[in-house]
Amino acid sequence: MIKRVLSTKKTDDLINELSKIHGLLVFHQSGGCCDGSSPMCFPRSEFRVGSRDIYLGNISSQPFFMSEDQFEYWKHTQLIIDVVDGKGGMFSLEGPTGKRFLTRSRVYEENEINELLKNPPQIASNLSNIEGLKTTVN
Amino acid sequence: MDDVKPFIYPGDDGSKLKPGSRYENFIGGDWTKPKTGNYFENISPTSGKVICEIPRSNADDVNLALDAAHKAAPGWGKTGPAERSNILLKIADVIEQNAEKLSLAETLDNGKPIREPMAADIPLTVDHFRYFAGAIRAQEGTIGNIDGMQSGGGNSAQGMMAYHYPEPLGVVGQIIPWNFPILMAAWKLAPALAAGNAVVLKPAEQTPYSICVLMELIADLLPPGVVNVVQGYGVEAGKPLASSNRVKKIGFTGETTTGRLILQYASENLIPVTLELGGKSPNIFFKDIMNGGDEYLSRCVEGFLHAYFNQGEVCTCPSRAVVHEDIYEPFMEMVKKRVSVLNCGDPFDLNTQVGAQASSEQFDKIMSYLDVGKQEGASVIFGGEKRQMDGAYSNGYYVEPTAFKGDNSMRIFQEEIFGPVVSVTTFKDEAEAISIANDTLYGLGAGVWSKDANICYRMGRAIEAGRVWVNCYHSYPAHAAFGGYKNSGIGRETHKMMLNHYQQTKNVLVSYAEVPDGFF
Repeated sequence: MIKRVLSTKKTDDLINELSKIHGLLVFHQSGGCCDGSSPMCFPRSEFRVGSRDIYLGNISSQPFFMSEDQFEYWKHTQLIIDVVDGKGGMFSLEGPTGKRFLTRSRVYEENEINELLKNPPQIASNLSNIEGLKTTVN
Repeated sequence: MDDVKPFIYPGDDGSKLKPGSRYENFIGGDWTKPKTGNYFENISPTSGKVICEIPRSNADDVNLALDAAHKAAPGWGKTGPAERSNILLKIADVIEQNAEKLSLAETLDNGKPIREPMAADIPLTVDHFRYFAGAIRAQEGTIGNIDGMQSGGGNSAQGMMAYHYPEPLGVVGQIIPWNFPILMAAWKLAPALAAGNAVVLKPAEQTPYSICVLMELIADLLPPGVVNVVQGYGVEAGKPLASSNRVKKIGFTGETTTGRLILQYASENLIPVTLELGGKSPNIFFKDIMNGGDEYLSRCVEGFLHAYFNQGEVCTCPSRAVVHEDIYEPFMEMVKKRVSVLNCGDPFDLNTQVGAQASSEQFDKIMSYLDVGKQEGASVIFGGEKRQMDGAYSNGYYVEPTAFKGDNSMRIFQEEIFGPVVSVTTFKDEAEAISIANDTLYGLGAGVWSKDANICYRMGRAIEAGRVWVNCYHSYPAHAAFGGYKNSGIGRETHKMMLNHYQQTKNVLVSYAEVPDGFF
């Protein structure tokens, strides 16, 4: 099964560090200006995922979402969540660590896209097996 | 401009600006240490060198600022418009008198070439305070004559008047972005203060310094607690402000996920929010521009290059150029020629046109998009790489002005790269131009270039964006409303209608009847 989102070793380490402090986490891919295009990391109990947000998979056991309309423009690319030096990131939990999550991307090959089409991603409100996940409807 | 003496890197011998080694929060009219005693280092993106230390505040500091704001708000809200207006005018004067100092601070903190704050950020800030000083003097409530309305019941409709008073909200929170640290603060502060609110303001942690220089200059002009500045990381200081039940409104400029989170907090507190969340603005060049004369055509080429203003770190960056297919080759030749002579030198030299990206992580993000564009099969027209500077600037964050040729379905056409990167595509006819322009999640800005008034009118109305520039771009005069359609946000800044976003309407419904209604 082809993954829609991956993480680097540095990312796994940072997620482990953050989850020790904050418990269960959720990622949401941002768009727009300033820190837009950054993956935002929040305590899972705090950020309500949109009911129609697309679930791309897990990185280090933490679920990763993107808004439905944004996914339409991003779906031909695999996301590789990396870590770079920096600060900011608005309310994303890694801000004070001096590290930032960064979304890198790989464009899928045609055969991969065909396979992905056979396995459409789920929307958040249809998920039942993610502990502690809150959406705007459930 | 060759005879202009270059500005000097702040802190160096002879510079007009000497940054302090450490700054504090500005709370209740005093420079106040963060309660934890923690600070972080603020780096200049021009050089990678430390500028100063900045408080790493948390919820305790935010609450202290909210205490000060709540103490100040009732008195400030009751001052007459003339008094508030005069204070805003004095603020404008002081900023104007210190334009060089503030420009140096802005370039040091943000990386933009010094000619930009000198020509744009600071003069626009001055004008913004003056505009809202005038707007509040001219603002009137309304009076409605309700006489004769049956819904009033009985006789009470005889001599019934509805008086509408604009009243301040009270204490408001504002979260400021890092691309125009002083100007974006002014966009939010001026209307909030004019309307009679007290403010707690959280600057971006990437650019916390220049606002300290601003506050040093204007601190004495405002009653204590009317403006409070709390520095720190978004998650530690911005979040307690955005989620506080002690603010009556949040003004935010940033990105979509945080915009959603701020709306979630606001839904708990039942408060209004204004959001400016960016865009992916199309800049559309029609065929007839080639026949508009040399000067006009040169203006159009310049219109393309507006994408490199502020290194592309503008919410309305014209980052999608949509060019008629018949003129693509000659027009892009002219663009290439103009880009090849861009001055990308010392950010503190007044001749420099393109400076540094605002932070290392922003630089990394732009590089990741250059990679995506190449993978997606877009062709590099020019640029496409990191820009290595020499000497003192060798560790700064610089990117080559870049243009890709591709199509609108590519991610580089759909996401705000927030860097000096233009994605170029072509169109056949007006319908296709509209279709490309509107095939985006966002709707903040757009540009239309044509001398055909009817094309300009139709395009201006058909593009789903809050601001359509026609035969111009990147003008931000006060009194022209600015804000987004679609995912680009909620609310309109830089216009007197922003006062409404910082006020609530009090209706006093008065009967002048002197006999019973006859209901009971």
